[in-house]
Amino acid sequence: MASSTSVVPSGRGVWDGGVSPMGASYGKLMMWFFLLSDAFTFSALLITYGLVRSSHDAYTGPVDEFVFSPNYWPIPERVFEAVPFLHGVELPLVFVGIMTFILIMSSVTMVLAVEAGHRMDRKAVEKWMLWTILGGIAFLSCQAWEWTHFIHGAEEGKAVAEGTTFFGANLVHNQYGPPDFAAFFFFITGFHGFHVFSGVCLNFLIYYNTVTGVYQRRGHYEMVEKVGLYWHFVDLVWVFVFTFFYLV
Amino acid sequence: MDHAEENVDVAVIPPNKEKIRKLWKVAGILGVVTAVEFVIAFTLPHGPSKTFLFVALTIVKAGYIVLEFMHLRYEVKILFWSILIPMIFVVWMLVAFVYEGMAISDVR
Repeated sequence: MASSTSVVPSGRGVWDGGVSPMGASYGKLMMWFFLLSDAFTFSALLITYGLVRSSHDAYTGPVDEFVFSPNYWPIPERVFEAVPFLHGVELPLVFVGIMTFILIMSSVTMVLAVEAGHRMDRKAVEKWMLWTILGGIAFLSCQAWEWTHFIHGAEEGKAVAEGTTFFGANLVHNQYGPPDFAAFFFFITGFHGFHVFSGVCLNFLIYYNTVTGVYQRRGHYEMVEKVGLYWHFVDLVWVFVFTFFYLV
Repeated sequence: MDHAEENVDVAVIPPNKEKIRKLWKVAGILGVVTAVEFVIAFTLPHGPSKTFLFVALTIVKAGYIVLEFMHLRYEVKILFWSILIPMIFVVWMLVAFVYEGMAISDVR
């Protein structure tokens, strides 16, 4: 105990003050721990999804004989098989594959922007940030289409009482399977989509500050790095959503 | 005043080709793993082994994103473990709840 109150600077431990024990700035550290807490939120959604899905019966028959029914959980490749401009053509999971590719590419351009920031290369940061923003907007547009299609429904629809047919999905009914299926689709992809939206806003802010020379005057581009962490996290979450919602 | 500051030239360090090539390599791996997942989705029958394979490939992708893109591999050890250890408990929770769900399905 006596040594910890010592004012002699020599021989001080890492945790005795004056240094960053985690080797990262305050802002970067806070971003990491924010992302950890955000990962808990997404995990909560995905764990609930796992619980509810595994408590429903799974479809066991052959894939080509699959029909939508509220009695079992639908198989994703028969729900997500539409692509814009190709009406009536069954292309299972192709569109969501394109979305995954877009998000991975925008993660790459983000990491290139961070790399350019380390080199104080303002022009390169501007270029890569612009590509990243474009990727984010492209992803959001795809998701808007995906949601529209999901809500309006596929050809078959679902027969409900009094001989009418229900098309598409809302939070109460859906034509694809149990009501929980659509609820989880809206909550999980919606929460992720909102993260992408906030990410695009933050990326735009960073781009604006780069163009106006804020970081050049500050002498470092650490903000690009911090928002970069957030953007990669959004990509990371999508990797899990893609697997657990669209593939499994 | 502001105008004068704008003209201050900060030396731009030339790009490190090696480092950039490595980033594109990681991107390539992510793309290939996604493509493999696609092939598996349409070739293997639905079942536990397929799910296991998907989860394994997802962990590979997540690993590359966190360790390389988010640079966690190069951070101080204590930061690395502060992020990773809580997530291990989350994985445990996921397994426990999916197991619970299957038990509920049996009771129904």
